[in-house]
Amino acid sequence: MKHIDPYRQPGTLQALAAKINDLPLPDRKINFMEVCGTHTMNVHRHGIRDILPENVRLISGPGCPVCVTPRSGLDTAIAYARDRRVIVATFGDMIRVPGSTSSLQDERSKGADIRIVYSALDCIEIARANPDKIVVFLGIGFETTIPGHSQTILSTKNKGIKNFGILSLGKVIPPAMELLADDPDLNLHGFLAAAHVSTIIGLKPYEPVAEKGIPVVVAGFEPADILTGIIALLEQASKGESRVENVYTRVARSDGNPKAVEAIHRVFEIVDSEWLGFGIIPGSGVRIRDEFADFDAEKLHPVEVEDTKLITGCRCGEILKGLIEPPECDLFGKECDPSHPQGACMVSSEGTCAAFYKYQGPFE
Amino acid sequence: MTDKNNSERITLAHGHGGLASHHLIRDIFASAFSSPELDPLDDAANIDLPTGEISFSTDSFVVQPIFFPGGDIGKLAIAGTVNDVAVMGAKPLFISVGFIIEDGFLFSDLEKIVGSMADECKHAGVRIATGDTKVVPKGAVDKIFINTTGIGIRRKGIKLSGAFARPGQSVILTGPAGIHGAAIIVARNELNIMGKVYSDCCSLNDLVEQLLDKLGKSITVMRDPTRGGVATALNEISRASKVGIEIVETEIPIGPETMAVSEILGFDPLYLANEGALVIILDGDAVDKALRICHSHPRCMEARKIGEVRDDLGGKVVLKAATGGRRIVDMLAGEMLPRIC
Repeated sequence: MKHIDPYRQPGTLQALAAKINDLPLPDRKINFMEVCGTHTMNVHRHGIRDILPENVRLISGPGCPVCVTPRSGLDTAIAYARDRRVIVATFGDMIRVPGSTSSLQDERSKGADIRIVYSALDCIEIARANPDKIVVFLGIGFETTIPGHSQTILSTKNKGIKNFGILSLGKVIPPAMELLADDPDLNLHGFLAAAHVSTIIGLKPYEPVAEKGIPVVVAGFEPADILTGIIALLEQASKGESRVENVYTRVARSDGNPKAVEAIHRVFEIVDSEWLGFGIIPGSGVRIRDEFADFDAEKLHPVEVEDTKLITGCRCGEILKGLIEPPECDLFGKECDPSHPQGACMVSSEGTCAAFYKYQGPFE
Repeated sequence: MTDKNNSERITLAHGHGGLASHHLIRDIFASAFSSPELDPLDDAANIDLPTGEISFSTDSFVVQPIFFPGGDIGKLAIAGTVNDVAVMGAKPLFISVGFIIEDGFLFSDLEKIVGSMADECKHAGVRIATGDTKVVPKGAVDKIFINTTGIGIRRKGIKLSGAFARPGQSVILTGPAGIHGAAIIVARNELNIMGKVYSDCCSLNDLVEQLLDKLGKSITVMRDPTRGGVATALNEISRASKVGIEIVETEIPIGPETMAVSEILGFDPLYLANEGALVIILDGDAVDKALRICHSHPRCMEARKIGEVRDDLGGKVVLKAATGGRRIVDMLAGEMLPRIC
């Protein structure tokens, strides 16, 4: 814990909070978006919304991989779970997300073999131990997680494993930010870019966003990091600048982690991809290259997927785009809570609805 | 020769009421728990109680793992019930114990558990008056479950309840938040990245007695923040008393191990259980004296005032974060961590 203690020192935090409130700000409303779900959680947990000047608003963004997985992706996962030849391996949060007619949790109670794993690599052991089954890994995640998927495939190729495939549900963040930057309803004045994603991709991919006149500041997840990021955004916004800036220099480098980026592109190609709430975003998803088709679950073992039904009432989509806050959804806290989630935003530990439910926003 | 010597494991025969049961009771329970009330081994214990109002509490213990650093299911079962009775302002005197044991359970483990129960009874000054044992087939319980019920005599003139918090009063927490929960998580996950984390599991009736002796009516609420931790205990109090409570993040004692476990696994220490700490709500002018008493108790040296009862927070529990910002600390939806006690 010692390495993060300095970023939680009450004296430091209060000095940063005071600085935010001393900055000369324009009178107009200023809207910043924290892209990443971990930022959202920590903004709530450390009472950061409560200390911002009244005209500065933090909007929660789409940076929760479980949340942006489209319903059709989930239905595909459920179709695999219903196939008794398949073992579905997944990160834990996906289990409770409702699909069109079921959830992985429901399928598990009906006898589906679903395993919680912490990495795609865990699937290899499962595949070895179950040679008569096909192990399908639900490959959700952003640039932080996808290199692990790549590495799993690269290290498994030529090892004679024929019963393991990844369902490509991975996404890349910058195209979604570009789309949000253009949204007139959102009227954004800056992005707090995700710490871990930026550690992988570096600063360059955010340049198209900055070129649209929206500042982008890469900040870490500790409260002092977040406050420092907000100060940098406010300074840019008040001077009318829009640059890509990094205040997380202790970890994130300007050029990111080129090896990890290379690993992504070695195995995956960038394709258009559907995000819950956004629809198709050009160049925002990944697909396994033909060279590695043996590890592409949909080619290795195609399944028939039921027609996707939309949830009535759930406003996850608008919440993911920052257009509304969770309490504005009629289901929030009533039909929808962490025990009975109607949408992924309430399930995931990084989901905006889960954050609002847990911390109920700032105390006002 | 007894079954104990013939075999290392408890079998269904030990639950059938015959010779094997008799040996189990005689060799393990009766000797460890011997008391004037228990020794006749009749169908019920006869107890000569002082007159007055009694406090009466029951709890079942299903913790997994059954042995953890700082305690085991037996110590927890005694301390938990002793504390439940004590925080009502009563002097705990007698305990009943019911065991449900899985076929195949090791005798040596049972002896360890029974031994630590006897030790904890001695420590707390309570006696086991009556008990029961059942052995069930494999899989019907997970190793061993224990139910304890406690009776205590209420102190005259003292009324404690979660409904008695008043605006202006102070909130004391007598030990580092969430450490039992953290100990169980580490023990369960075999997280080798850190050293052992020790549960705070212990009886605190001696502390309660000293506090009530010295501070009497200045104290209006005592709670042991077990399941759901400090956050849940405070929410129960704020709801029952219809008051707001503000706690100050920088004042809440949290051990570095608990913090580390919580960071790694995504738990909030305010929702992790304590099994040897109290939340106390008392008048502001009694705080210094209460803290002095706590600090002289070997298990409460980290006691701190963590907040105040307020009438202006809309009946909510609010945390003032280190940033200076405030946020609500609500009840948890769903259980964060099952089977911690």
